[in-house]
Amino acid sequence: MYKSLSFAFMPCKTILQPRASIKTQDNENVTSYRTKVARNPTMERLQYNYLFPEISAREAQHVKKYPNAKVISLGIGDTTEPLPDVVALSMANYAHGLATPTGYRGYGAEQGSKELRKAIAETFYKDMGIQDTEVFVSDGAQCDISRLQLLFGSNMSIAVQDPIFPAYIDSSVIIGQTGDVETESGRYQNIEYMKCGPQNSFFPDLSKTARTDIIFFCSPNNPTGHAASWEQLEQVVRFAQENGSIIVYDSAYAVYITDGSPRSIYEIPGAKKVAIEVSSFSKIAGFTGVRLGWTVVPKELMYSNGFPVINDFNRIVCTCFNGASRIAQAGGLASLSKEGFKAVISLVDYYKENAEILLETFKSLGLRAYGGVNAPYLWVHFPGSNSWDVFNEILEKTHIITVPGSGFGPAGKEFIRVTAFGHRENILQASDRLTSLLK
Amino acid sequence: MAAILFQSPNPYRNLNTRAYKTKVSRNENLAKLQAGYLFPEIARRRAAHMLKYPDAQVISLGIGDTTEPIPEVITSAMSKRSYALSTVDGYSGYGAEQGAKQLRAAIASTYYADLGIEEDDIFVSDGAKSDISRLQVLFGSNVTMAVQDPSYPAYVDSSVILGQTGQFQKDVEKYGNIEYMRCTPENGFFPDLSTVRRTDIIFFCSPNNPTGYAASREQLTRIVQFAKENGSIIVYDSAYAMYVSDDSPRSIFEIPGAKEVALEVSSFSKYAGFTGVRLGWTAIPKDLLYSDGFPLAKDFNRIVCTCFNGASNIAQAGGLACVSAEGIKAKTHHTFGSTFLAGSWDVFSEILEKTHVVTTPGSGFGPGGEGFVRVSAFGHRENVLEACRRFKQLYK
Repeated sequence: MYKSLSFAFMPCKTILQPRASIKTQDNENVTSYRTKVARNPTMERLQYNYLFPEISAREAQHVKKYPNAKVISLGIGDTTEPLPDVVALSMANYAHGLATPTGYRGYGAEQGSKELRKAIAETFYKDMGIQDTEVFVSDGAQCDISRLQLLFGSNMSIAVQDPIFPAYIDSSVIIGQTGDVETESGRYQNIEYMKCGPQNSFFPDLSKTARTDIIFFCSPNNPTGHAASWEQLEQVVRFAQENGSIIVYDSAYAVYITDGSPRSIYEIPGAKKVAIEVSSFSKIAGFTGVRLGWTVVPKELMYSNGFPVINDFNRIVCTCFNGASRIAQAGGLASLSKEGFKAVISLVDYYKENAEILLETFKSLGLRAYGGVNAPYLWVHFPGSNSWDVFNEILEKTHIITVPGSGFGPAGKEFIRVTAFGHRENILQASDRLTSLLK
Repeated sequence: MAAILFQSPNPYRNLNTRAYKTKVSRNENLAKLQAGYLFPEIARRRAAHMLKYPDAQVISLGIGDTTEPIPEVITSAMSKRSYALSTVDGYSGYGAEQGAKQLRAAIASTYYADLGIEEDDIFVSDGAKSDISRLQVLFGSNVTMAVQDPSYPAYVDSSVILGQTGQFQKDVEKYGNIEYMRCTPENGFFPDLSTVRRTDIIFFCSPNNPTGYAASREQLTRIVQFAKENGSIIVYDSAYAMYVSDDSPRSIFEIPGAKEVALEVSSFSKYAGFTGVRLGWTAIPKDLLYSDGFPLAKDFNRIVCTCFNGASNIAQAGGLACVSAEGIKAKTHHTFGSTFLAGSWDVFSEILEKTHVVTTPGSGFGPGGEGFVRVSAFGHRENVLEACRRFKQLYK
């Protein structure tokens, strides 16, 4: 982890807990040579570290403080179970082949191997009219989100669910689409926050949502776990059509859906004219370290002047990227084979069982735990609390890492996100510890 | 002329004017780009040529793609890592976004020993091209940049995309607001810095793609001084450093004072044949500071954590094997040579038509490339020899 300068985490009344102003740490460099290049003002706008390295840093601090404690990580949503043999073997063989004249390959198509693009289209978009040429293979959704921001440029307005996976907001700030953060509310100016909470069953009231160019919509949602229904997604598509907006639909957790909710935005008629879909092999195939994902840009998605978005995205992919690792792509292809897909889905089921166990635990303690049914995340409500305080208390007393809800946006203030990724025995241990603490 | 020859099929041609359009404006920066990125265009031309002459033995000396298999010591490290991911003890999920500690340390000690660049100055990536764009995102739209002319097109294209430039000026084939530092046979392929205006960022690639020229110690000292006087930041691309055969510097950090004015981008692509495996790095010294004293590395770290999620763990295992003693030994047998011929897109076409050899027209690298053709030296030896035979026939 990058060595960050240490600073006190002051509890304060702002929703998101900012670290001490970084400006105060510059003074040590007063006599050193400085270039005449101004710091990018958009970077200056970011109020705090990216959420997940922050959680890692806290975990490291805690481990130092309690070297004998068995820390259980239900914080960062990282997969834990080994890859299926068929998938690992395909990558091992591909790597081995690179040492041979017939197996060696250099640059691949920036958009991904034709085979893999086809397999993705057939596996996830069957009968939805999505062609392989509309699928762009990447090194993961987080990277794609930033490439999409690069595509859109700084003159865009965005709407996000609140709470939400922080990359949409942070990348928006970095690319210059937003104003400064409002310290009281913790919201960046020029972003439309679509509140999602128990009061509206975690689906925003679109009648109260201002028009924006781009609407980021993650379903099943990280962190709330809510999977939008067909009717709800129809509403979002109609809303986008009426406003001439573009939906960026994040379906990274679609395979966790249990209740028949839509898995792709393209199940909704008309979506191809208004939506881009981003997804990832991370949580499907345990590829968090291997790095593989994809983005779908339908040919009929057009800017206001009729120019196809796909042409510009292709240009970005060819200029700012050079394709996902061929070895990772070989693994992706294997995970979509008949045998491979069966094997990765059984791991998804394993994590889903973990979620059930955790859900049971929180319910038995009388806590309102949302999610956990269509996603590997539980969203637990601690009414009237400050999530960083709850996070600290859980950590201190049970040595369990979670993620404070306010890290996902102002609407997360009273919530804690608990992931269901983990070895079964750790999930069971964690359940025991939580029961002891919260009974 | 190059802009016209570059033209991809018109995206508007089949436009159904009654088709639904969103109300989202196209990013005007993307609209500034004149044509597709250079290398997909070369690939397209090659494919078209092969269709036209299905029996011709086309030799590709266009896109600089490595062709020789990777040494087993490196591929077996990647195979092992792949297998390990299927075991309880060997499985790992998210890695540090900056790269595996071991690899960062190995890169620092292998390439920057005694240069004062440490493990935590190294940011491992999925390649230099991605890093260049991430650096542009870091810098933002309010910076000015200088590039060598000709140069690898990613610097200019990413600058346009980020909104740092003005429109393309067809008469001079340059984007407004970019300072083009001309490199020609007349100036020994090193720019006359006395005629170069101050810019915030100076992209400098040495050994240079496409000219092949490696700047001398004295020349790099001048560049560092130039940057210091102007308060500029050098983005030094050392992707081809390992091909240096004389005593030209391999890293900008060999020059005293460089750590306060430069960062360095590099890649395993051409070094280890990793063009498809995807691995590279950027080194940012702690002493490199913005005008307000804020360290660049801190902001780059934030970009890496937010806009990226680390290079593939399997590729990193390969990288580690590369910089091991055995790995270095296995790579040293590769040689490199670069050459150029006078020409342009016309010459490119003529060579392709008459010899079935794909090259890259110099104007794809900037207006300073007009009158040149780039010939890559990556290829199976027998193909390179055959290409030479064909050139001799053509230019007899």
